[in-house]
Amino acid sequence: MELKNHILELIRRASTDLPPDVEERLKRAYEEADEGSTEKSVFNVILENVKLARENSTPICQDTGHVIFYVNYPYGMKEWEITEEIKKATIEATEKNYLRPNAVDPVTGKNSGNNVGKNAPYITYHCWDKDYIEFKLMLKGGGSENVGAQYKLPNAELKAGRDLEGVRKVIIDAVTKAQGFGCAPGTIGVGIGGDRGVSYLLSKKTFFRKMGSNNENPVLAEFEDRLEKELNELGIGPMGFGGKTTVLDVFVDAQHRHPATYYVSVSYMCWAFRRKTMRIMSNGEVEYDD
Amino acid sequence: MTIKINLPVSEEEIRKLKIGDEVLLSGTMVTARDQAHKLMVEKKPDFIRPYLKDSVIYHCGPVVKKNENGEWEFVAAGPTTSSREEPYQADVIREYQVRGVIGKGGMGEKTLKGLQEVGAVYFHAVGGLGTLLAKRVVKVKEVFMLEEFGTPEAFWVIEVKDFPVVVTMDSHGNSLHKTVLEKSLEKSKKLLGID
Repeated sequence: MELKNHILELIRRASTDLPPDVEERLKRAYEEADEGSTEKSVFNVILENVKLARENSTPICQDTGHVIFYVNYPYGMKEWEITEEIKKATIEATEKNYLRPNAVDPVTGKNSGNNVGKNAPYITYHCWDKDYIEFKLMLKGGGSENVGAQYKLPNAELKAGRDLEGVRKVIIDAVTKAQGFGCAPGTIGVGIGGDRGVSYLLSKKTFFRKMGSNNENPVLAEFEDRLEKELNELGIGPMGFGGKTTVLDVFVDAQHRHPATYYVSVSYMCWAFRRKTMRIMSNGEVEYDD
Repeated sequence: MTIKINLPVSEEEIRKLKIGDEVLLSGTMVTARDQAHKLMVEKKPDFIRPYLKDSVIYHCGPVVKKNENGEWEFVAAGPTTSSREEPYQADVIREYQVRGVIGKGGMGEKTLKGLQEVGAVYFHAVGGLGTLLAKRVVKVKEVFMLEEFGTPEAFWVIEVKDFPVVVTMDSHGNSLHKTVLEKSLEKSKKLLGID
């Protein structure tokens, strides 16, 4: 099965072509902004940039991010072979400037120059019962990653207890602290429960959801809508210049926790919300999804 | 109204700018980020001095390609988070007589004081405008420390035309970041019920 060239195309699309649901949400933010405001001109240049990047096939943002893959593969395929193809595609995507060299060895300080290194790209594998392979790719910018936060409830300072009201409080705190640093307006991914590690993973996995979608659990769905409304009342606005749109959406998910722990992880995705999915069917046909 | 500024620029002209002003920059500027700032403070190299005097530092780690004729071209070049340079910025502005810094997210008290003292401003570019801002870079004139620092961290001396920015910290001690932070904190406390 041809993999490398398809993965290369997946990377190109993720880096240069903002998903339509995100673009629509940004257009709404532009329309809602006051006439003549800085907020309005910011959304104007953002939308122009999205269009230019798509037309020129150049990166939406120069920080082409951490390269994060989730792969679901049919029984019989080998993980190490898929990894080799992902690495080859990543090296080529870097040569073609779809990706900026972003993999730095923290011990030597040396940039590998091709986005390949230990755990780079980061790949999570899952063998499933379907006969096709699916690649989900997320490009997660460093600026937005730096404003992510993890809380341990209860939190005395915020008077946040071990319940959804407590979760609400820490999310408001995280977004207030993020200001415009993560390239607001952001999309907020929240993982409740689990251990420290999987809590963060859950918060990031929510970013494969589409704008405007809600958690299947009606309690969490209502919680998400309430938070989106409240966070937009903070007035931080795009880039922290002030304005009506501080977040584009809020995605929350929960998983069982240990009785002694209650973690809430808040991941922040910049407005340049880059994700794409690709499926290679058993007959070789390729499907893309945003 | 949009203000047009040509680089290099005089201290007098920079001191006229106020927070909220939308500006289009043209002329020569230099990209510098983490390793470059550390170098400028610790080693004070002279090679970059003539380019920085009365000009602007751009916090940017670009995607750059080399064309067949051997010339460099910026492919994507939006701003990176400036707060990482907070420990260095004021000293760099003083040492090299810089008139402005472009980045995103704004900077802190130490930088604000440095801007006031030297006569410089903080220009905020919109984060994520990779393609649009690269198109405003009309020429790559020079590059320093490319081998040592890698593409994102090198000093790229570039010529820009109508590069769009907003003044968010001026030379009079005002910071839009401080104003927005204070207002949002107030609202946040209300939402949290901890007045």
